[in-house]
Amino acid sequence: MDFDDYATDLHYDELFESDGQPRKSAVPIINRINSLPAGELQRRQREAEAALLHMGITFTVYGPGEEMDRIFPFDIIPRIVEASDWNYIERGLKQRIYAINLFLEDIYNEQRILKDKVISTELIHSGMSFRPECMGLHPPKGIWCHITGTDIVRHNDGQLYVLEDNLRCPSGVSYVLENREVLKRTFPRLFEVLNVQPVDDYPNRLLETLEYLAPDTLESPSVAVLTPGVYNSAYFEHSFLAQQMGVPLVEGRDLVVSDGFVYMRTTRGFERLDIIYRRIDDDFIDPEVFRPDSLLGIPGITGVYRAGKIALANALGTGIADDKAVYACVPKVIKYYLGEDIILPNVTTYLCWDDKERQYVLQNLDKLVVKAVNESGGYGMLVGPHASEAEREAFREKIQANPRNYIAQPTLDLSIVPAIIENHFEGRHVDLRPYILFGEEIYVLPGGLTRVALRKGSLVVNSSQGGGSKDTWVLQEDMDRMPSVTVQPRRHK
Amino acid sequence: MLVHQVPMLSRVADSIYWMSRYIERAENIARFIDVNLRLMLDIPIEVQQQWQPLVIVTGDQDLFTQHYGEATSDTVIQFLTFDSNYPNSIVSCLRSARENARSIREVISSEMWQSVNELYLLVASREAKRRAFDEPHSFFTEVKLNSQRFIGITEGTMSHGEGWQFLRLAVMIERAEKTSRILDMKYFLLLPRVDHVGTTHDNIQLSAVLKSASALEMYRKRFHRILRKQVADFLIFDHHFPRSIHHCLVQAEEALHQITGSPLGTFSNEAERRLGRLRAELDYADISEVYEQGLHKYLDSLQLKLNAVGDAIYSTFFALWPPSAGTKV
Repeated sequence: MDFDDYATDLHYDELFESDGQPRKSAVPIINRINSLPAGELQRRQREAEAALLHMGITFTVYGPGEEMDRIFPFDIIPRIVEASDWNYIERGLKQRIYAINLFLEDIYNEQRILKDKVISTELIHSGMSFRPECMGLHPPKGIWCHITGTDIVRHNDGQLYVLEDNLRCPSGVSYVLENREVLKRTFPRLFEVLNVQPVDDYPNRLLETLEYLAPDTLESPSVAVLTPGVYNSAYFEHSFLAQQMGVPLVEGRDLVVSDGFVYMRTTRGFERLDIIYRRIDDDFIDPEVFRPDSLLGIPGITGVYRAGKIALANALGTGIADDKAVYACVPKVIKYYLGEDIILPNVTTYLCWDDKERQYVLQNLDKLVVKAVNESGGYGMLVGPHASEAEREAFREKIQANPRNYIAQPTLDLSIVPAIIENHFEGRHVDLRPYILFGEEIYVLPGGLTRVALRKGSLVVNSSQGGGSKDTWVLQEDMDRMPSVTVQPRRHK
Repeated sequence: MLVHQVPMLSRVADSIYWMSRYIERAENIARFIDVNLRLMLDIPIEVQQQWQPLVIVTGDQDLFTQHYGEATSDTVIQFLTFDSNYPNSIVSCLRSARENARSIREVISSEMWQSVNELYLLVASREAKRRAFDEPHSFFTEVKLNSQRFIGITEGTMSHGEGWQFLRLAVMIERAEKTSRILDMKYFLLLPRVDHVGTTHDNIQLSAVLKSASALEMYRKRFHRILRKQVADFLIFDHHFPRSIHHCLVQAEEALHQITGSPLGTFSNEAERRLGRLRAELDYADISEVYEQGLHKYLDSLQLKLNAVGDAIYSTFFALWPPSAGTKV
């Protein structure tokens, strides 16, 4: 299997130039693959899949009378991010997250940005994920969005854009770490040649980010990861992160609020908990404050949180900043709080809430992608050019019935990366989700989840819609720099 | 920053306990079936109806008869290995073990998780059914070895702290229970005629019982000749054999006291009290007392006492207290 017949078909390819030559950063891997004997690459692909299955990185499919474990599709051809691109992404994300955090502190307190009419008050207050319960809240150290996953895409003009922010419970980072583990086994020699930035540091950094939230007077804060339970589709990730950080993984039923604190039920009685990395949405975390029917939450935890006796990451209420209508305002947010222009641009976004923009959207449904502002996972979405007339009509009605709930964007021609399709390579569209931690400083994990739309021609990368993933190799600035270490020779008898 | 040592969550301890019991149980069933398959090869055709006892000692005979009718090698292997509606089949045990392991992946080592996962996949795969009937010996041996591998991996990769003690406690309780059932099986095994007692057939059956507990070689070292009473003596009272009931109870008690920190010979909760009392009974009993009472009856009452220990472990360590009890202890 080689790249001789591979064609980029006028898309921007992350590994190949438009003339079909490999990009400089991709030469070693292209050469390596071209040099493998026939069938070897497919064998390694199967081996990688078997490794993921045995590592239990799976989800369960329930069929008639039986259940099967499946892995999330994984393609062993990595996506490579050159150092200069990464540098740009990193600067852009740090600016973005810093500004969004100021925005969250502001709208739940003074609301200066609303009073100055930079953003409409109505737009914010009508957001489904705006939490009036959080007004006046000051989370520890002034940090709201401790963990963010921001989706970035590249259009065929070569420009990188932010497609959306995930500020509630972004998932996928465990795949970044596990995909890397698998790929190190798949292409061991390439890691020696290429200077790929390691990603293993993430759990450490995450723990530091969480521990930073403890009051300075507390010598050894206790941290836990809160999961909805084994049936949650991201359960693997919750337990993985808890394991990697060496902290307990708790469910709502393990916790209890008493005399102003949160306690864990242990074999030796109640133990106080100080910091929670929660992977439960606001809606479900406290039945006394949010949805009363939630069985996953901890009754009374919001009160403890407001009193500063438990830290939550992310803070409650962050969802308003990834409302897709608010996303559209991020360039203004950055300008307002930082006085800077946005480094990593947004995709042009039309708010259906605005009369003029809605008219434009309704007239151009066949060219646009329409998204519901609070949905994710590829749900509630219309890809205009690929949709039928009936599907477009259905969305036209939905938009008119509830304009605040929809935004639209031009259909981007997402960049492609070759993927193994049976016995040859075909280009498939990808996005990139880097992970950003906000603790004592802002840290961007050098890597990220490259999601790939495995269906031919599809632009939807979500795993629920036939998407898979790839390892993401962020290259070091200086590719010639090799670490020099001396190793004592082994002693023999 | 100081490292904060949190005691184990009750739910986690519960999952470790059941994960371990289920794996031990699956191994025992696999060994049980394998031994019986070989036993069939050594006995005359007319007494080949020896699959019934395997079902009887599970205590789930009614369920079996209801769904399968007659006990043949095929129906019993299907029931005990693959029946996913029967909670004590190998595949069900391994599924439960794995579900428990999945809920505590952050507590066990990744090697342990992978080993449980592979064990489950081994039995749940499509290939498994063909192998269990076509090449049963190799299949059941593989199940057995993979369970033992799990125990070995655990020994070498999991800190010997609270979680590990719960695991050991669970394995020992399960093992004691299973040894009592294996020994009980002999009671139900048929001999062609009463005067076959003490003959070759009797011997073959007794050595099958020993093999079912992986005890044949160790037994021979101690008693040399295979005799009914001594087989029972060995499997109940031997001090050193890792599957003798007495030995398992001593180990379980040690694990329990490691968890609570209270000294051996005392008790600070109901689990310690019941287990200590049962172990002490075995300390001072001997095989002739057992036979006075009748072996089957003795084993039956032992199983009840073991269940009571299990209940006490549950209420002492795992039962979640209602929030109204939510004051700092």
